[in-house]
Amino acid sequence: MTQLVWNGLFVGSFYALVALGYSMVYGIIKLLNFAHGDLYMLGAFTGFAVLGAAGGVTSAAALPLLLAVLLATMVITGLAGVVLERVAYRPLRGAPRLSLLITAVGASFALEYGTRAVAGADPRVYPVRLGGTPLEVLGARLTLQQLVLTAVAVVLMIGLNLLVTRTREGRAMRAIALDPRTSALMGVDVNAVISRTFFLGSALAGAAGVMAGAYYGKIDFLMGFLIGLKAFTAAVIGGIGNIPGTMLGGLLLGLLESFGTFWLGGEWRDVFAFGVLILFLTVRPTGLLGERVTERV
Amino acid sequence: MKGPGAGPASPEPGPASPEPGPASPEPGPASPEPGAARPGADPGSPGPDRADAPKVRLRGTRRPPTRTSRLLQNRWAGAAGLLVALLAPFVNATPYALSIMTSAAIFVMLAAGLNIVVGYCGLLDLGYAAFLAVGAYTSGVLATRFDLPLLATVPAVLVVTVLAGIVIGAPTLRLRSDYLAIVTLGFGEIIRITANNLDVTGGPSGIYGIPHLADGPVAFYYLTVAVVSLAVLGAARLGRSRLGRAWRFVREDEDAAEATGVNTYRVKLAAYIAGAIWGGLAGVLFAAHLSAVSPASFTFLQSALVLMAVVLGGMGSVPGVVLGAIVISLLPEVLRDLADYRFFLFGVLLIGFMLLRPQGLWPARSKEALRSEEALR
Repeated sequence: MTQLVWNGLFVGSFYALVALGYSMVYGIIKLLNFAHGDLYMLGAFTGFAVLGAAGGVTSAAALPLLLAVLLATMVITGLAGVVLERVAYRPLRGAPRLSLLITAVGASFALEYGTRAVAGADPRVYPVRLGGTPLEVLGARLTLQQLVLTAVAVVLMIGLNLLVTRTREGRAMRAIALDPRTSALMGVDVNAVISRTFFLGSALAGAAGVMAGAYYGKIDFLMGFLIGLKAFTAAVIGGIGNIPGTMLGGLLLGLLESFGTFWLGGEWRDVFAFGVLILFLTVRPTGLLGERVTERV
Repeated sequence: MKGPGAGPASPEPGPASPEPGPASPEPGPASPEPGAARPGADPGSPGPDRADAPKVRLRGTRRPPTRTSRLLQNRWAGAAGLLVALLAPFVNATPYALSIMTSAAIFVMLAAGLNIVVGYCGLLDLGYAAFLAVGAYTSGVLATRFDLPLLATVPAVLVVTVLAGIVIGAPTLRLRSDYLAIVTLGFGEIIRITANNLDVTGGPSGIYGIPHLADGPVAFYYLTVAVVSLAVLGAARLGRSRLGRAWRFVREDEDAAEATGVNTYRVKLAAYIAGAIWGGLAGVLFAAHLSAVSPASFTFLQSALVLMAVVLGGMGSVPGVVLGAIVISLLPEVLRDLADYRFFLFGVLLIGFMLLRPQGLWPARSKEALRSEEALR
């Protein structure tokens, strides 16, 4: 039981990290960035490349090194997100919604198969594998590495929340979410803020990618597809566009999946998750926290 | 009666050719130099406004028809296409070529179905392969389990696909259109994973030994071409019906459509169900063609390829979509060496088309648009 909860929270913190990028971008420009899951994949591959460039890794230094790689990867995927927005989405701002969605699908394809062309179709094995010795806490087996990864995820989420609620930049984001034209009149550089939003969201997805690569050990060019869907589900459960809601949604989806797997068996896990998505859209499309909080980012 | 969705699709009298081009005579005297003057454009802006032109042009309705577009609007284009399809086996009738051509024809039907959803109604369906799967599996399972001829499974396929369309469409069509996109994506995965996990559907290896629909590949090819032509024709007629007009209205401005009394929810659901039926029937052909179905045939890639065909050809344009489907399904044969880069190229093409030519290769010109263009003059 505790084990299930812990597993759910652990996976859920990954979902939440990826979902945040979705949610922020959706909150600001009402765009479903289908390529978001692929930025996660790109993060995993960037981390892989950086680790490869860093040379031999001793297991003692694995964790600090991994954190350094994490930072580097976040910067790189963040920039990739900015470029994506600049090339594919910005020219279409104001175009029919359908065009934007199709562009997003195209961007997702281009990222996936571009990575495949560069890195090959076969799964890659991560040079750092966080196995670690299990600890017994309240009857659940968890490893130090799991704890560290969860802690990193939580720190990133808290940082993001502070940024959005307490800083000038965050205020600009919230203003654009409410009304882009008026914020432009009030002196907000809308394009720059949107770029930075993409940077943040993509960086978080990249961080999740590296963490997933290091934890699961294997990465491939299609790994972002499913997690993109799951992240969207998480965002919808919590209330898309709402940051605390999205975090909650991620954790909740992780828990639901963990218990769903336990009851129904692993092969039905994804079906269960999407079933929850459809259920939520039918019953409560605004998500758990979607209505209560009116400010959206 | 307020909602056109309630009424049956009453096809307007018109030429029975599959292109939705203008049946009315060509609009007024075209200016001698197309492109130099754009009658629909803002009179204040200079003629060839290359520099300050908006990056995204609207659907190509504002310009006078060029010679090429007149050729494309010709009502015989559909008949010519059909003739090419009918004569193709006389050119090359090796089993391989026939198989490729049959697949291409089935793909055309899929694209015509998705065009109803995406092109006419503007709803993005990213899990269209799911309906293909539902159709193929329903007919395949029934035919192999109960020893039915494939034709006898068609009613069941219709019922099941319509149900699937309602199950997915009903909760999501009330929401913003982008929710539909991602829910359909999830639905596509659900269907594939379910088929992979269930025993009835044969698990990962699928079902095989599905009976044929016709004797021999040539007969089946002609049967497929006949069915697909009817399907394409049907989709084109549907697009010109009262319901089709409501679809385009919803696509262009949902709020305005709602305000003028179109029951947008029902209209959208009708589009979604029509798309589901086209996909399901294509699934029957698919099952008969391959005589085996397995979950691997219904990945997101398949859905994305159909979408690519629709976007490439021109959303809402039946001849364009047919052309797009043929190009997309034959491209792998041509680009065998570039297999690794093919999908990368597709992705870039999707972005490029949306940025530079959102109306597609062979754009749709609706009668309404042409009329309003004349009214503007």
